[in-house]
Amino acid sequence: MNGQPALLLEGVHKSFGENEVLRGIDLTVAPHEVVCLIGASGSGKSTLLRCVNLVEPIDSGRVVVAGEEITADGVDANRIRRRIGIVYQSFNLFPHMTVLRNITLAPREALGTDHAEAEKSARTLLERFGLLDKQDEYPDRLSGGQQQRVAIVRALAMRPHLMLLDEVTSALDPELVAEVLAVIKELASEGMTMLIATHEMGFARDIADRVCFLDAGHILEEGPPERIFTAPENLRTRQFLGRIIEAGRL
Amino acid sequence: MRERGILIGLLLAVLLLVGCGGTSAESGSKDSKASCDLDNPSLFEKGQLTVATDKPAYPPWFKGSPKDYSGYEGNIASEIAKRMDLPIKWTVEPFNKSYAPGAKDFDFDINQITITPEREQVVDFSDGYFDNAQGVLVMKDSPAAEAKSVSDLKDFTIGAQVGTTGLDFVNETVKPTEDPKVYDSTNDAKSALESGQIDVFVTDLVTTVYLRDFEIEGSTVIGKYPRNEQFGMLFEQGNPLVDCVNQVLGEMKSDGTLKKLEQKHLQQYLDVATLEK
Amino acid sequence: MTQGGPAAPGPSAPGKDPGRGSRALGNRGVLVSSASTVLFFTIIAVVVVLAPGSGVVAERFFSPSHLWQSLVGSEGLPSVLGAFLLNVQIFMVSEVFILILALIIAVVRGIPGPVFFPFRLVAVAYTDLFRGVPLILVLYMIGFGVPGLGLGFVSYLPDVTYGVISLVLVYSAYVAEVYRAGIESVHESQNAAARSLGLTRWQSLRFVVLPQAIRRVIPPLLNDFIGLQKDTALVSVLGSIEAARAAQIYGASEFNYASYVVAALLFVLITIPLARFTDRLIARDKRRREAGALA
Repeated sequence: MNGQPALLLEGVHKSFGENEVLRGIDLTVAPHEVVCLIGASGSGKSTLLRCVNLVEPIDSGRVVVAGEEITADGVDANRIRRRIGIVYQSFNLFPHMTVLRNITLAPREALGTDHAEAEKSARTLLERFGLLDKQDEYPDRLSGGQQQRVAIVRALAMRPHLMLLDEVTSALDPELVAEVLAVIKELASEGMTMLIATHEMGFARDIADRVCFLDAGHILEEGPPERIFTAPENLRTRQFLGRIIEAGRL
Repeated sequence: MRERGILIGLLLAVLLLVGCGGTSAESGSKDSKASCDLDNPSLFEKGQLTVATDKPAYPPWFKGSPKDYSGYEGNIASEIAKRMDLPIKWTVEPFNKSYAPGAKDFDFDINQITITPEREQVVDFSDGYFDNAQGVLVMKDSPAAEAKSVSDLKDFTIGAQVGTTGLDFVNETVKPTEDPKVYDSTNDAKSALESGQIDVFVTDLVTTVYLRDFEIEGSTVIGKYPRNEQFGMLFEQGNPLVDCVNQVLGEMKSDGTLKKLEQKHLQQYLDVATLEK
Repeated sequence: MTQGGPAAPGPSAPGKDPGRGSRALGNRGVLVSSASTVLFFTIIAVVVVLAPGSGVVAERFFSPSHLWQSLVGSEGLPSVLGAFLLNVQIFMVSEVFILILALIIAVVRGIPGPVFFPFRLVAVAYTDLFRGVPLILVLYMIGFGVPGLGLGFVSYLPDVTYGVISLVLVYSAYVAEVYRAGIESVHESQNAAARSLGLTRWQSLRFVVLPQAIRRVIPPLLNDFIGLQKDTALVSVLGSIEAARAAQIYGASEFNYASYVVAALLFVLITIPLARFTDRLIARDKRRREAGALA
């Protein structure tokens, strides 16, 4: 396509009351690129993602998606959100709907896709990720890993240009993490542009084109995973990674 | 589950037992004609005559304040008290409660209560002190004002107070095509008539005339319907005081006092044409 | 293992699986509890029957002939059962309007943004007002006051209509609060997820939040239904003859209060299925939520 980035954040500030969570974020994500955000809890990873899909309004700065400044006045936030998929740590499936309905709801209501078409696409996606046999189940009958995979499918059903993943394996039992990571890896291999906040360092090293270290609302360091994980330049990065290695998680 | 069924069955059985088991024992006997000693009558509260009526108490039956009512019924009661050499004390008893069976907290109740055989089974009445007719009150601009007979009223919306002989008259004689509207009080029925919720209000004649002349502007009484009804003073069943009061009432009739009271308070309200059936 | 045939039950085991209520206690436990319950009610029955005046009470309230006559009606006296149909009609019509109006009020109350402040204010004022004023006063004001104004067709409606309007106004205030509690109990993350998919605020409300909110408050909603069913009796002050008034007319004429017992039984009979249904819904919802928690 043209050379503009899939996602651009420029000077983004965000506070909750007195607490300034994002203190001037500058970040670029190229099309088809997978960028992982790492950092301690409270460093602003989740907030950053929520600012990208306009769930949280920013205080200053710009967010530009595929050349369009989505934080400008008068932009229809709903339209933007239809093109950006987000998956949350706590799955947030709709408990009163079956898996299939969870997935077809937004395509039918927000995109106007007709019923049969929406179901067909949904089933195709479910089959691809090995979940077709669960289509008529309610979320409370699925394991955590299955629920999270459904959540990813639900976001994909809107055919987003950009996927945001917010610590999507942090709430899962360890043995269920792998199946979810496998899905994400497959999406990456297909060229989906992704911005992923994660604690899974091994996974980040494996999948990311670029890793950004977030600390106290700033991106302190970014670069290819091999460099970041083996030879970080910034002191704080080294401290953070050092603790992770000690904990045996890298 | 089975236990629950047994328990429910037991409860129902108890209910039925109680229902069928109690056949005897009406409290008090119906024919106690225990005579009354005028010099030492049995009173609800010694040394005074406790008389009840409803609140609000309407003219011309009652005038003034409960300290000492005048008006037709007010004067009758105070005259009786005077002749019995007793001070009078007024209390309040809602109409709907007055003719219910059971103990009373007054010596007698005087409140335009018609003597009926049904009521006489559970309470006692004095002799009658007024011949009552039903009055039919309508708004002048209502089509009901054209009615000339009782049967002309059939198709209108008729209102009456619950538990009154007025309601009986409507149900038994008028037999309207639409169910009558039944109100808790004369006040409510009056509002309904004024606002057009009902076309016709039936209650005792004197009250309808009073409402026409003093309370409801633009209303008219299209006629009266006598039903061989008399107002009586209401006593707890078996109260020997009935006898004393009847004696005094008898004197008031024979010496013309009662007639004078009627002329003074009620004359202007009785001049209404009779409705045919 | 290697023993053939059924295992012999031990001295304390009832023979099958434990846990289902009385079987878990064993037969002796069932006997004791049943016997004591029967004894309790027998004592009550004896006391009631032997009490002085019980004969009068029996005759006045439970006489079978009066029970029957008031139920079916007679010459000049309305049938309590027939009049009860009016209560049922009032209930059905009112309930539909209440569910709708209350939902509107609850939703309006939750719309965010300074632009909508006047609407929110009206919603709050509405619930405060109609939860504060007693129903009987509302009935008088609307049933006698509005007709008295003489304003076009609004003042010439049947009295039952004013009764329904009063019930709807008052009960919608209560039910709106129930809805609001339900809406607020749905976690914000559900709304966030819906909005993140690109659904509008109204779509999120309609497809995601409200369905969950309403499911959660079905027990208190049904509770208000049951209250409404009984309050339909108050509409009689405006003139129409419903069950309680019919009972009163019978009682005033016959001096027998069996009619009140009949009316009371009719009200209870219609309430019981509603109450049991509510219990079942609560139990089912509890099972579902507990099952979900195990996942």
